[in-house]
Amino acid sequence: MGFRTAPMSQGLSVAAPTAVERDALFTPEIRAQIDAWCAKYPAEWRQSATIPALHILQDANGGWLAQQQLDDLALYLGMPPIAVYEVASFYSMFDLAPVGRHKVCVCNSVSCLLGGSEGLIHHLEHKYGVGPGETTPDGKFTFKEVECLGACKDAPAVLIGRTYHEKVSPEALDKLIDGLE
Amino acid sequence: MTDKITIEIDGRTCEAAPGEMIIAVADREGIVIPRFCYHEKLSIAANCRMCLVEAEQGGRPFPKPVPACATPIAPGMKIQTRSKLALEAQRGTMEFLLINHPLDCPICDQGGECELQDVAMGYGGDFSRYSEGKRVVQDEDLGPLIATDMTRCIHCTRCVRFGAEIAGVREMGATGRGENMRIGTFVAHTVAHELAGNIIDLCPVGALTSKPYRFTARAWELTQAEGIAPHDCLGSNLHLHLRGNRVMRVHPRDNEAVNETWISDRDRFSYQGLASADRLLKPLVKRDGAWHETSWQDALNRAAEGLKAAAGPHGTGLGCLISPSATLEELYLAQKLVRGLGSDHIDHRLRRQDDRADTLGPTLPWLGLPIAEVERLAAVLLIGCDLRAEQPLLAHRIRKAAGEGAGVALVNPIALDLTFAATQFVASPAGMLAELAGIAKALNQQGTGTVKGLIAAATATDAHKAAAARLTEAGQGAAVLLGALAEAHPDFGLLQALAQVIAGATQAKVGYLVAGANGVGAGLAGAQPQSLPGGVPVPVPGLSAAAMLAHPRKGYLLWGLEPGLDLGNPAQAAAALGQAESVVACTAFRSPSLEAVADVLLPIAAFAETSGTFVNAEGAWQGFRGVVAPPGEARPGWKVLRVLGNLLGLAGFDQDDSAQVREELRALCAEAKLDNAPRGDLQDLPLSSQQAAKPRTWRVGTLPIYAVDPLVRRAQALQASPLALPFGVWLSPADAADLGLTVGDPVEVRQDGASAQAVLALDPRLPSGCVRIPAGVVGSESLGAQIAAVTLSKA
Ligand code: SF4
Ligand code: FES
Ligand code: FES
Repeated sequence: MGFRTAPMSQGLSVAAPTAVERDALFTPEIRAQIDAWCAKYPAEWRQSATIPALHILQDANGGWLAQQQLDDLALYLGMPPIAVYEVASFYSMFDLAPVGRHKVCVCNSVSCLLGGSEGLIHHLEHKYGVGPGETTPDGKFTFKEVECLGACKDAPAVLIGRTYHEKVSPEALDKLIDGLE
Repeated sequence: MTDKITIEIDGRTCEAAPGEMIIAVADREGIVIPRFCYHEKLSIAANCRMCLVEAEQGGRPFPKPVPACATPIAPGMKIQTRSKLALEAQRGTMEFLLINHPLDCPICDQGGECELQDVAMGYGGDFSRYSEGKRVVQDEDLGPLIATDMTRCIHCTRCVRFGAEIAGVREMGATGRGENMRIGTFVAHTVAHELAGNIIDLCPVGALTSKPYRFTARAWELTQAEGIAPHDCLGSNLHLHLRGNRVMRVHPRDNEAVNETWISDRDRFSYQGLASADRLLKPLVKRDGAWHETSWQDALNRAAEGLKAAAGPHGTGLGCLISPSATLEELYLAQKLVRGLGSDHIDHRLRRQDDRADTLGPTLPWLGLPIAEVERLAAVLLIGCDLRAEQPLLAHRIRKAAGEGAGVALVNPIALDLTFAATQFVASPAGMLAELAGIAKALNQQGTGTVKGLIAAATATDAHKAAAARLTEAGQGAAVLLGALAEAHPDFGLLQALAQVIAGATQAKVGYLVAGANGVGAGLAGAQPQSLPGGVPVPVPGLSAAAMLAHPRKGYLLWGLEPGLDLGNPAQAAAALGQAESVVACTAFRSPSLEAVADVLLPIAAFAETSGTFVNAEGAWQGFRGVVAPPGEARPGWKVLRVLGNLLGLAGFDQDDSAQVREELRALCAEAKLDNAPRGDLQDLPLSSQQAAKPRTWRVGTLPIYAVDPLVRRAQALQASPLALPFGVWLSPADAADLGLTVGDPVEVRQDGASAQAVLALDPRLPSGCVRIPAGVVGSESLGAQIAAVTLSKA
């Protein structure tokens, strides 16, 4: 059996946290939220809660994940830290460096490209002075280029926070950005 | 493999077992399918797509080429590895793989032995259609053993899977995605695992290469020779890569019964020690306290005179201490020489302090089962064994057993960092007896003599009961193994007695993880005081290593060791050897603690320089040849002994080559049987005086992984690795507080009149009442026994 199909709590030298160590991680509220996710899986598969837990931690940290949080989560879920790094660095919904108050994510994949997302990207660069991955000087938002959002039928698509916006024109995008705090 | 099925590969009919992958069948048949990510010993990732082949089943072709490494065979399957479709798919994959691969073969250490080069030659196109820029990946420093050029990585993930599945430590991973995916630790930390060097072999490209070897030779300049690893009782099979008269690097040689396809870093990088600056190149004699070079003739004469004078008319004045990593031929001739002079005082068990059990314990101890069977054990009890440091690859077999659900329990004076689930009973050296007694009690054993008292006084906790139950359930699939820390224990005899009681109650086999590369062979060769070659008992046994030093002799013959670092009690050794009238040392290296006591130094060949034989833990005689000439005037050890024997006028020293020596011994071993059954009643042994004194603080003198013998201690890259533990004093946080010591304090260690100073560090893995002070490392030479009472105070 390969390591990807076996629970990491078995067969690897991963330090299981003591109760004391566990209680020193995060806050009681965050622990309760992560525990609720862990409860959905068999006991030895705590690692299954990695993605929801990363969301919880990211939300609690102003939209990005600090290295310490990743290490703490590894300890909390009984995983080697590298396994948490792999997940956190793979998905574009996780940020590993400080971000603005909002995330404006413009799809750059093929349907949206044909539908005009390039125009949106240039618009953001010129009007707001931010390249992909950058944050406006006032810290209002971080502009991210992302791969297909799965909303191809109404391209171009933009994801702001957790809301999808479809068939977005530069003007519509301005309005959306104006509406952000 | 009962229900064989038949398939056809490239028109050839092949038998195979259901569930086998196409590539495994093809490999067995000698049909070549290109691959990068597939490796027989690792899980299947199927991520490189190099192994695409055309397949059809029941007359219906698969719609697309299929990966041979991840497609299980089915009856009647027909596979084509070289059809147009297959070749095109392979060429396509190759083209994709090369998009981002740098064209730096001329400066790449893998050049000439690179799987990517080979497969590109065989299956790729001859030019690239890509003119875009290639990506560049930043390197990480993985430590002194493994060099990285991650831009060359093709993401096969073999190294990642090796870490997770074989090493049991996930340090490497694949972070990022798409073009930004990279292999590394993400946080740039040194990879610290005793088997990590294997990823150099696994990496199909030049992304991971050997740091000590890189840029020193090209693959096509090397010739390959065979060898046997000289550091532990496994005897891993090696390929030695030579250029001219020099070992340039060491690779594993596949042997499923011994090392599978791996070797430990110790076996891989220790060759560096061969080129160390302190090789002894000429015979030296001491005159008026100063060393002088001399001729072999003169040195041998002096040696012969010294030994003869020391032996005296009855031989009893002479003692011989010989490394358990000496070759079988050296061990045999050395004992012949010593016995020829009338002495039975010869021993290879250099770190054993409890010799009271010598005549009661087994004469020819061994692993007790074949090495390959270790991974099929259902329960293992390890006693006094720093497993990963002592036996890195056997640890891997035990890890495999644990992965299959075996119950592994350990009784040790320090908790170990293991890579598998195990129950660890951690107790002081005195407490170790109580833990074992607890297990014996859980098995309803009473015992006799001292053991009876120990069992009566013990409590069987739930953990003891659980461990006992696992051993009982496993029946004949259980083993009780004693390691090097047990051998160094002052009550080794009682540990053996308890092991026998537990094994007797459960049908478990008893096994010994003997010290050195040839501990089993040393027994067979008769290089021990209680038996002659072939394990024939000596009526009145000679003195053990410990006894020869406790009761100083007039003269000594030392073989392949440094008294300050290789003997169980260096302080006592220094005194005994220091007072001797003559000390003849045969050694490959100069060494301060040797030069302080010896009168004659004879340069002998080291690993790879001499022919010989090692008998490994399972009793396999593994012979090897000398593949490079010894440096300077150094000579193979068996020849030196032969000449010495002749000079001393002893009979039986006229062999023409080492094979003759070996055959002579083999004939003597015709009846010999490796056997772990005790010959007497070990249970009656009284507690050792150490134990009886109930010390407040015990020294736990672990032997660091890269401190086990003179050769490995001189391998610079290994010494720079984080596993090379330096001299120091470690206490549990609670004990440190008790003694009023804090981290960083200089501490004075006093042991039996000897003393040393070191800086305090904390180690929560230590049980209370124990201080970890490593042996075998510089700084420890002035101390006493590895496991014994010590006192600590602030210096
Ligand atoms: S470093 Fe080598 S072994 Fe590891 S993934 Fe890259 S190519 Fe494969
Ligand atoms: S391509 Fe943009 S949502 Fe799919
Ligand atoms: S070897 Fe089959 S996909 Fe890599």
